[in-house]
Parts: sequence; C-alpha cells; structure tokens
Amino acid sequence: MDSLTIIAVASIAIAGLCTGFGCMGPALAEGRAVATALTSLAQQPDASATITRTLFVGLAMIESTAIYCFVVSMILIFANPFWNAAIARAALR
Amino acid sequence: MRLSPDQWIFWQHGFVKLNATIVFTWALMLLLWLGSWLVTRRLSPDHRRSRWQNLLEIVITGIEQQIADVGLRQPRRYLGFLGTLFLFVAAASLCTIVPGYDPPTGSLSTTLALALCVFVAVPLYGIRDQGLRGYLRSYLEPTVMMLPFNIISELSRTLALAVRLFGNMMSGAMIIAILLTITPFLFPIVMTALGLLTGMVQAYIFSILAAVYLAAATHTGETEPAPAPSPEPN
Repeated sequence: MDSLTIIAVASIAIAGLCTGFGCMGPALAEGRAVATALTSLAQQPDASATITRTLFVGLAMIESTAIYCFVVSMILIFANPFWNAAIARAALR
Repeated sequence: MRLSPDQWIFWQHGFVKLNATIVFTWALMLLLWLGSWLVTRRLSPDHRRSRWQNLLEIVITGIEQQIADVGLRQPRRYLGFLGTLFLFVAAASLCTIVPGYDPPTGSLSTTLALALCVFVAVPLYGIRDQGLRGYLRSYLEPTVMMLPFNIISELSRTLALAVRLFGNMMSGAMIIAILLTITPFLFPIVMTALGLLTGMVQAYIFSILAAVYLAAATHTGETEPAPAPSPEPN
C-alpha cells in the first residue's frame, strides 16, 4: 500500500470512529440530565422556567463535546491537509 | 460538497473576495435594520399601536427579562450587546427557510468573530463595573494558584462558543445537502424544520452564555443572589 492509500484509509476509518465514539458519552450524559430535570420539575412545577432554562444551557454544554468530535470528522473528510498535500505531491509526479 | 459558505465566491478582485458569508451577513444586517426602521418610524406610547410595534416590544422585554434572570442588574446596559447577538444568530438561522440561502453562521469565521466580541466585551464590562484592579484581582480568585486556569478557561470558553455555534449550523446545512442527494422529497423538509429548532436554541444558548460570562465578570466581589433551591432526589 502506498502512502496515498494509507492516508485515505486512516482518514476514513478514524472519521467514522471519531463521531461514533464521540457521541456515546454526551448521549448518556444528556439522558441523565433530562431525567434529573424531569424529577425536579415533578417536585417543583413552579420553578419550571428556571429548571427548563438551566436544562437547555446544560444540554448545550454537553452537546458541544459531541460537536467537537463531529467537526474533527468533517475536517478529516473534507479539509484534510495530509490528503491535500499527498494529492499535490502525486499530481506533480 | 461545500463545507462552508466561504467557498462560494460572488466576486473577486485580486485578493479581495466577496464570498457568500459576507454577502449573506450584509443581507441579514439590511433585513434587521430595515425591519426595525420601518417599525420604529411611528411609535406610539398608548394602547393603539401597530402589531409590529407589539412584536418588537415582546422581543425586547423578553430578552430583558432573560438578562435579569441570569443575574445582571440594570439589564438595559447589556441589552444592546446581548440582544444583537441573539437577534443576529436567530435571524441567520430563521432565514434558512429562504431557498438558496446559506447561513453565515455556518462559517467558522463568523462564529469566531462573534465569540471574539464576547471575549472582548467581558473585560470591558468587568472593568467598567469593578475598575481595573478589581477586575484583575478577580483572576486571582479563589486562590493565586488558579491564575493560569482562569486564563485558560477564558480562552477555551471563547473557542467553545465559536465551535458550538459553527458545528450546529454547519451540520444542519450539511445533513440537508446530503439528504437532498439521497431522498429529495420528504426528509430534507423534516431536517430543515429540525435545523430551525436547533438554530433558535443555539441563538438562545449563545446569548445566555454571553450573559452568564458577563454576570460572572461584573459582580464577583459580592455575594451571589441565592439560586432557586434544587430538590434532593429521593
């Protein structure tokens, strides 16, 4: 396998694994956050505005780690500097 | 496939490029300014007012209420900055209804610029509220050893603001583009609706996080107001 193939295979495989693994943790954490928020809402319905707002802010913070993994996957697929450099070098030959 | 609206170039002269990000940002600015100017030409203080004035008042009092809930006293001082952040990001994601439009917040340059605005605004408001020495002393809280961590957290939460908004907007646009090539009839419409929802949530999150950072910078020297009591899980 020449270096072009190795770069392509590594980028594709890791891009898939990155998003796959990166979404597992945030999904579990968001599930726990929503469950706790629902418990709090059931116990104190008149604080629902504060609880809902805090829940959304917390969910956005948790979501951002999944977004980081997604952005890395997108970079590996669409804006891969190693792939671009290898293609440029192969085009010169 | 286009990763961001930066690559869609309308006009180029030398190294000055007018890409879709800039053009759509200008279009959004024109839309917001034109709408506000048309409504505020004839404001009336009594009960006989136009529905557009009602709409603007609902939006403004809603934002002001949220800013006050976060803990910022005198929400009017921050209403211009935080309100503009919210309205720009919300308008950018609402206009995805219009065909041929690419949200400028789907480009890392726009979101990084907005995050840098927040990064600059936090020390500005902090110094205006607490004085230079008071604000710099807040970096040494709770102990002097926390100084590098406080600085790192300032930088990383700015980056997190930018990447969060960029990732959400870009992934929405990209999923719609991919689905258009696979099943072009029903699912792109569903995903556009989902993109609208996440766009509005992200606009709210961006401005609320900016408000929280401002609140942390403007009264760290005083006792915090007691938050709503959280129940014990049993």
